[in-house]
Amino acid sequence: MKDDSGMGVSKREARLGRFRVLDSRPVNLDGFSAEDSGIGLIAFESPDDPAPSLRLGPSGEVLEMDGVDARDFDCIDAYIARHGIDSAVAREAMDMPEIEFARMIVDPGVPRGAVTRLAAGMTPAKLAGAVALLRPVELQMAISKMRVRRTPSNQAHVTNRLDDPLLLGADAATAVAYGFRELETTVPVLGDAASNAVAVLIGSQVGSAGALVQCSIEEALELELGMRGLTTYAETVSLYGTEGVFVDGDDTPWSKAFLCSAYASRGLKMRVTSGGGAEVLMGAAEGKSTFYLEARCVALARAIGAQGVQNGGIDGAAVVASVPDGMRALLAENLLVMLLDMESCSGNDMLVSESDIRRTAHLLPLFLAGSDFICSGYGSIARHDNMFVASCFNADDLDDYLILQRDWGTDGALRTVDEETLAAVRERAAKAVLAVYKDLGLADLDPARVEQVVVAYSSKDLSEGDPHAALDAASAILERNLTALDVACSLARTGFHEEAERVLGMVRARVVGDYLQTAAIFSEDMTVLSKITDPNDYQGPGTGYVLSPQRREQIARVRQERSTAELLAEQAALAGSVVLNEKGISQTGHDPREVCIGLSPAFASRLWVTLSGVPVFEVLREILAGLEEEGCVGRTLVVRSSIDLGMIGLTAARLAGSGVAVGLQAKGTVLIHRRDLAPLANLELLSVAPLITREMYRRIGMNAGRHAKGLRPIPNRNPYTDESYEARHHATVCAMVAIERDACRDGLPVDVEIARSASRTEAS
Amino acid sequence: MTIRTASGKSLEEITLEAALAGDITAADIRIHPETLRSQASVAENAGNPQLGQNLLRAAELATLRDDEVLAIYEALRPHRSSRDQLEAIASTLEASGAALCAGLVREAARAYEDRDLLRKT
Repeated sequence: MKDDSGMGVSKREARLGRFRVLDSRPVNLDGFSAEDSGIGLIAFESPDDPAPSLRLGPSGEVLEMDGVDARDFDCIDAYIARHGIDSAVAREAMDMPEIEFARMIVDPGVPRGAVTRLAAGMTPAKLAGAVALLRPVELQMAISKMRVRRTPSNQAHVTNRLDDPLLLGADAATAVAYGFRELETTVPVLGDAASNAVAVLIGSQVGSAGALVQCSIEEALELELGMRGLTTYAETVSLYGTEGVFVDGDDTPWSKAFLCSAYASRGLKMRVTSGGGAEVLMGAAEGKSTFYLEARCVALARAIGAQGVQNGGIDGAAVVASVPDGMRALLAENLLVMLLDMESCSGNDMLVSESDIRRTAHLLPLFLAGSDFICSGYGSIARHDNMFVASCFNADDLDDYLILQRDWGTDGALRTVDEETLAAVRERAAKAVLAVYKDLGLADLDPARVEQVVVAYSSKDLSEGDPHAALDAASAILERNLTALDVACSLARTGFHEEAERVLGMVRARVVGDYLQTAAIFSEDMTVLSKITDPNDYQGPGTGYVLSPQRREQIARVRQERSTAELLAEQAALAGSVVLNEKGISQTGHDPREVCIGLSPAFASRLWVTLSGVPVFEVLREILAGLEEEGCVGRTLVVRSSIDLGMIGLTAARLAGSGVAVGLQAKGTVLIHRRDLAPLANLELLSVAPLITREMYRRIGMNAGRHAKGLRPIPNRNPYTDESYEARHHATVCAMVAIERDACRDGLPVDVEIARSASRTEAS
Repeated sequence: MTIRTASGKSLEEITLEAALAGDITAADIRIHPETLRSQASVAENAGNPQLGQNLLRAAELATLRDDEVLAIYEALRPHRSSRDQLEAIASTLEASGAALCAGLVREAARAYEDRDLLRKT
């Protein structure tokens, strides 16, 4: 660096340690773009975004919308103008200042219905303008209030690199066991699609009923699979915010509208997919902000009659996240959907960052606010088996997710699964798929593979298998026109009666059609939860969705939870390994070489091993040995009147001939005290008990001896550590301290002698 | 309202036993147009007329064969059809009582002409 500033900056060769470390952090693998509105690389308010406007003709027809004259409408404008604007409220809605509407959105005192009524009369630019005014926490408040369904839910990706039908079945059953209510599969090889759909359909009905399944593929084939009942919802009906990209996607608003109706005509739930950033990626954003283009998509979704939208973190998410305000824009996309009274399948889909912190920050607002689907594809499988792309949260994050639910007391729609239950559903699902494929003549899969599949984390753990099995099965399914009915019958014939009934239950559900309503899912007893049956009634604290006591219990009981007794299991294992003999009330010593060791109340009577795993007896032996090395004499006494280490140390010091003492708690924390110091002062303290080694205890003994002799010892240094010892050990610390407290009683210190228990010694 | 399938079977008749005996075909497990109309009015009454319209269009399509539905979808994709071809589809739909779908196809035909989305000759 050349010093031309006159500030005295010196030339240097080495990179600053600060930046060397920061450069190596995962967040610096992410790309960050400078705003460039010309190509649409801007989250909100591009200079080319139109100002809101709406001019209506005498019969309510739209003459101008968002600055564009009806004669110049592109196909998206044209469809929204004709079908998407409620002309009865349009004037009132468009005349309202954006800031006033923004406040209505957030205000819990304004009913949800009053907001959706006005939103239905707004143009895309008007909606975008109002939502852009909301700060992150206001967006969360708004989402809590505006999402359609009261009960939050979650969706999983279930795919694998091999399109292995048995693994797909087992992983589908796994996702359902964890609580996912929609499963989305796709294919690396398009020809395998029908096989994947059938395998996931079967797996999804193992363990419990009612999970919905889809297979994300080319529109026409996806529709065909749906018509046959091999899938039970559709989602990848993509919308884009500019005409160019829309047409490149081989559709128009009218073909998409028809597609919506086509799905519904077979009793199938469907939603559309959009999400900011797609237009920039296709190089055709027309200079508009990602958020404004997304507002167009969402308005179009409502106009074509879709019940829901997947957005806010889909394929273009990393593009949006690369610019300033990007994460906020992604969250705001979900709110747009809710304002237009549609089901939100809310982002948290694509992995938006290499940084665990950043991807968690992306998840958290929605996770806390609750959404119709918190993740629009939680990667329930390994990252490398996700054939969409890795998700924001994946199989290896399940424990983190479950614990986040527990931390915040919030319903992320997942639940803990124990190993035995998971093994059982994985095995049953794999066996069911095996049986159906054989029974229907789709494939003769190797029964020995079932066991591999049950224990596999991912397809990496499987042998290659028959590389054409899925393709051959898929061809047979299509050629022979197999339907959900065939799958149900085959399950019944092969002894999977429960699953057969459940598949047939999904068939019946399509005849009833209740799950065509907005934001519908099935509970495990096949009750439809939707805008109609389970409307979100949040109106501030004490209203809206609340955890039932049963659900709270389910969230609280993570598999890592330990009772106090379990936390003390290590203590129990060493209980009675030494004996503590009391020798009488401690007297003041007179030998100047005498150093006392003050022990905590439960030391070697109810607590036996320190947090670093060293038995208390051995800790004491090291300290005594250290004293001996310095030519000092140790005297051991128990201070039962306090659990405070400073007070224990000081009490012992006042009894010591030298006036110096070591204070030692059963959990291993240790200090050196002197009789003239204040209780909370000390000469040396090792406070991080889990990290204290035998050598350090010996050195404490030596240093105490040197203090007794009036020397100036070199104190122990805490070892280097980056671990969160509080997080690791504090649960156990609380259990140990409770025992110390319980052992605490009035009375004078007592001299003790600690020796190995005779019976234990013989036994060992 | 008692719910029946498109072929007139009641829900209680859709059983595994019947399916295994071959007494149920794919046509027996299709949703009835009247059910879709009733769902349409539920949606509309709940404040979403666009979803209502979608379900009414679905009611019209419920009686069409899968391949017919797929063919119309294909024809509506960009640059697939001429104005006359779209008009022919609309007329057929109209003749079979699918007035809303016919309207949608005609609207598409006009828009495709404006936006150059008709089949290139």
